[in-house]
Amino acid sequence: MENLIDIRGVTHAYQTKHGPLPVLDHLDIRVPQGEFCAVVGPSGCGKSTLTRLVAGLMKPDQGEVWLHGEKVTSPRKTVGMAFQNPVMLEWRSIIENVMLPLEIVAPGMAKSEKIARAEHLLEMVGLKGFETKRPSELSGGMRQRASLCRAIVHKPDVLIMDEPFGALDNFTREDLWQTMRDLRAAEPFTAVLITHDLRESVFLGDQVIVLSGRPAHTQYVLDVDLPKDRTIDVLYEPKAVDMLHLLRDQIRIAQGRDEEMH
Amino acid sequence: MDFKKILTPILSIIAFLAIWEFIVWANGWPNYVMASPSDLPAAYMRYWNLFLIDSWQTLWRTVAGLAISIVFGTFLGMVMGFSRTARDALYPLLVGFNAVPKATVVPVLALLFIGAHDFNTVLMAFMISFFPIAVSVGIGLSTLEPEYRDILGALGASKFTIFRKIALPKTLPEFFGALKVSVTLAFIGTNLVEIISPHGKGLGALFLSGQTNGDYPLMFAVLIALAFLGILLYYAVVALEKIFAGWAERQPG
Repeated sequence: MENLIDIRGVTHAYQTKHGPLPVLDHLDIRVPQGEFCAVVGPSGCGKSTLTRLVAGLMKPDQGEVWLHGEKVTSPRKTVGMAFQNPVMLEWRSIIENVMLPLEIVAPGMAKSEKIARAEHLLEMVGLKGFETKRPSELSGGMRQRASLCRAIVHKPDVLIMDEPFGALDNFTREDLWQTMRDLRAAEPFTAVLITHDLRESVFLGDQVIVLSGRPAHTQYVLDVDLPKDRTIDVLYEPKAVDMLHLLRDQIRIAQGRDEEMH
Repeated sequence: MDFKKILTPILSIIAFLAIWEFIVWANGWPNYVMASPSDLPAAYMRYWNLFLIDSWQTLWRTVAGLAISIVFGTFLGMVMGFSRTARDALYPLLVGFNAVPKATVVPVLALLFIGAHDFNTVLMAFMISFFPIAVSVGIGLSTLEPEYRDILGALGASKFTIFRKIALPKTLPEFFGALKVSVTLAFIGTNLVEIISPHGKGLGALFLSGQTNGDYPLMFAVLIALAFLGILLYYAVVALEKIFAGWAERQPG
């Protein structure tokens, strides 16, 4: 299968007052078309840098990022992004927030079509009836649902998410995981999800990539061999529990604490 | 609820006038020491046509100066908000310029543009009032969280599009906050020129003629008229804010 996202030997350092700070070191990530790739790793290991590189908002010092067989050198209209902060524009209603990318990507699209597309997505994530509300009238979880709709409204081939569920309480988070799973089944995107939550990575991911501590390289790749239409219950079955243990050990190694394991 | 909203400020104004009247009465101050509110209606009746003409003069020059402030201040704020170098270069200049007492600039302007009274007055109203606008727009733009840029930047939107669709509307609440300060400042600028460099126009000139004739009720009547115009313009800004940045207002509770 074609690798829709192909990150080859990406190395990057930030220039600081105290000299260069390397964050990524010969990072390799391959995500086949339609797959969901969860990336976990210790804090400050360069995960957010990775999202900006894939989005074409930054160029790596070395190495290449390829999307859909094209080398990424600048932002592309076929990328969607979601962040921990839902970044809702307060002066727009929920549906106007969702329609925002279409104004950039498809300025010629008829307004009725834009509205229909946004309404369809909002209904899928359970926000039917909230279209004309202001973002401040919604809960954090609902704003994040709207933010996900906005990230995919223009049918991007790549969806990049930087800890989108990180600021939510546990129950809301699990609801959002299921919403994400349903969106995935309905929409054609290939996804990269940066997360701190190992359960989230196993529930949503087709593969989980563990990054090493800074500067980050690909330390471990886990194939999540679970059914696509998994439920939260799957996380309590032995197979998933084993995976979670394995990932936990890998994170400890990444943190440089493997000697404490035994 | 709306009735209470209107009644409360009216009552507070009546209370203010009553206290003023009482203090003058209790101290037994004659008219040539301190005017009391009850002296004012007579002054307004006597000079009502002058009040109308001069209020208009003061008002249009203030608004003209303010309009230039908005355009120039927003432009300057944009430059400082988007470029760190421009910010570093312009800040000390701006702060220094703002710190110069504007009264000292009036004679300079009067000599530079001799006889151009309207121009001088508008220029002063502008010079004294653009600073808050420039600073607030600059800060609003430079503190825009990176995610706000990224949601459109990741789609290849131009800097201008990001400014128009996100940075500008997001800065509007700060902009209107600054505009409320600038309105009052612009008034001070207009009156400064009208009083220091008189040319028989505006409420400042009317104030001066009251002073020359020892007509205290007239002078105080001018001050109250100025206060009234100030309130009028201020609430015009509040109305504009409601229209363009009403979304920033949270429901109480």
